[in-house]
Amino acid sequence: MSKHYAIIAEYDTPADIMAAAEKVHAAGYEKWDVHTPFPVHGMDDAMGLDNAKVGWFTFFGGITGLTVGMLMIYFMNKVDYDIVVGGKPLFSGFYAFPVAYEMTILLGAFGSLGGMFILNRLPRHHNPLLINDRFAAVTDDKFFVVIECEDPAYDEAVTRALLEGTDPQHIEMVEDAQ
Amino acid sequence: MSDVVGQSLQSVETHTPKELERQPLVLNNRPLGWITEQVCSILEGKMPKWWNVAFVVSFLMMLMCFGYIGYLVTTGVGVWGLNHPVAWGWAIVNFVFWIGIGHAGTLISAILFLLRQKWRCSINRTAEAMTIFAVICAGIFPGIHVGRIWLAWWLFPIPNAHGIWPQFRSPLLWDVFAVSTYFTVSLLFWYMGLIPDLATIRDRLRIAGKKLNSGLDWMINRFKQFTYGFFAMGWTGSNRHWRNYEKAYLLLAGLSTPLVLSVHSIVSFDFAVSQVPGWHTTIFPPYFVAGAVFSGFGMVLTLMIPMRVLFKLEEIITIRHLELMCKVIIATGSIVGYAYGMEFFIAWYGGNPYELYAFKNRAFGPYWWAYWIMISCNVISPQLFWFQWCRTSPWFIFVVSIFVNIGMWFERFVIVVTSLHRDYLPSSWGYYSPTRVDILTFVGTFGLFMTLFLLFVRYLPTIAISEAKGVTPQADPHHELGGAKPKQEGSRL
Repeated sequence: MSKHYAIIAEYDTPADIMAAAEKVHAAGYEKWDVHTPFPVHGMDDAMGLDNAKVGWFTFFGGITGLTVGMLMIYFMNKVDYDIVVGGKPLFSGFYAFPVAYEMTILLGAFGSLGGMFILNRLPRHHNPLLINDRFAAVTDDKFFVVIECEDPAYDEAVTRALLEGTDPQHIEMVEDAQ
Repeated sequence: MSDVVGQSLQSVETHTPKELERQPLVLNNRPLGWITEQVCSILEGKMPKWWNVAFVVSFLMMLMCFGYIGYLVTTGVGVWGLNHPVAWGWAIVNFVFWIGIGHAGTLISAILFLLRQKWRCSINRTAEAMTIFAVICAGIFPGIHVGRIWLAWWLFPIPNAHGIWPQFRSPLLWDVFAVSTYFTVSLLFWYMGLIPDLATIRDRLRIAGKKLNSGLDWMINRFKQFTYGFFAMGWTGSNRHWRNYEKAYLLLAGLSTPLVLSVHSIVSFDFAVSQVPGWHTTIFPPYFVAGAVFSGFGMVLTLMIPMRVLFKLEEIITIRHLELMCKVIIATGSIVGYAYGMEFFIAWYGGNPYELYAFKNRAFGPYWWAYWIMISCNVISPQLFWFQWCRTSPWFIFVVSIFVNIGMWFERFVIVVTSLHRDYLPSSWGYYSPTRVDILTFVGTFGLFMTLFLLFVRYLPTIAISEAKGVTPQADPHHELGGAKPKQEGSRL
């Protein structure tokens, strides 16, 4: 059994989809998205999206790296195996800095990539869009507006009419194969 | 307001004289689908004959490298030419050489991204791949030069039965963290850039697979769909995803920039923190970083000039791209030349007789030939790029890029060997020569590097497809080729 998942409209150019996105945003939809082969500049504004929150993941990753790096060196060279080398102090933030700095960057980078995946709810391999044939061109040269049927404002006839008003190349219903 | 901006931009465009117009980054106004086709057809089709030949040769060279490493491990470091006082020979020279090569990839992917240099989009994928493979080659040498390779794990802070920990006051240990972080972050950055392109290949495979019903081709297609699809993470080009993706990309670029500067700085600390004349100088970190970028761009050009011709990518990696890379070579080559001069000046001006002796000995001592190879390749040859003809003739750039590679290897040889072969005690002076094992292990790492690189061009997109599309006028919603209708009323366009 299959049920409707979303209605998709296909466009040829970034300008067309930008105009369409503004109209769909103005119509007050929530569960909708724009799919493009590359990030289109100005699309976040057209869709009414705020700033991405990935930075928090990077920040906490970096803080963790710096803390872990410093504490690790303190524990290893001052507490657990305290041996004097060259008359230098057992612990100093200066000699510990290069390693802690690399750890900051390492965990910050994992935070950025991981944060991107978490915020995007990826990996998601069962997406109904991925079995639609026309939609395959989204990673090539076509642009799509997708309005999910679960959207509170969704009504098959009204939504279709709205999308037809944006001058698309093609409109199609995507089924969710159960 | 954006209408006004749009119109004024247009009037600027119409009033720009033809000869002052910027050459586009993708030539001949190709449609977006053309870029996908051009890049994906490389890995979807059969590889040409030269690829097979090159792969076999590289693979054999790689086996030779591993064979000599096996010989080294089973016999001992005596098979190398190391002696007293030169206890750091080719292994360290090769390590610094390879790690330096990697720096151009990160410069292109991170620093040029932060500087909004759009031309990086045609070359960043290949350059990043080169970084990763070069760091793999570099990583071999510190591992094997410890002598007892089965104890190499002592480099890492792993709890052990002796109850001892690494000594973090040593720059050699900083290097372990710097290089392993550099490799990991480069890999993450590279993988993240690949996600949208892996999705492109996945979708093309799915459509192509529709025509196949069963049989071997079908099974291969299904396997490839699964593999590319698995790593594409279910990417659909959603703008809500692009928003986080672009932010994460920016942050990774922001993290990689201080990382790449720190990695070669820390490599230079391996030398600069010691008390050896010729090593103990404060100029080392910036001088090493500039040299690393210089050598890396040499290697990028060496790889990219044949690649763009063999895979017919001349319209995506244009002469303009090559010319811009040559300009980076002049800049970094001149910094390196300045550093050579400044080292001599400080050796004299600093009034330290040992330091002055070390530098006089570099240029006129037993290793004078290495020093002058270095000077001619690194200081003189890049200056040819002041002439436009030299910057725009691919075969000529290729030749100079080979000189840069050679020169930068010799720079590290000069630094490592000439500083060590003279000691404070003349009784321990010596002369260092590599053995057959030294030479062929190093030659073999080129086999490893090329094997990995050939596999990369065989199985992954060599151009960042989505990024290359993003910088074309067809991708700009405010450009007529992007579908903009300038006179339309009531729209932000």
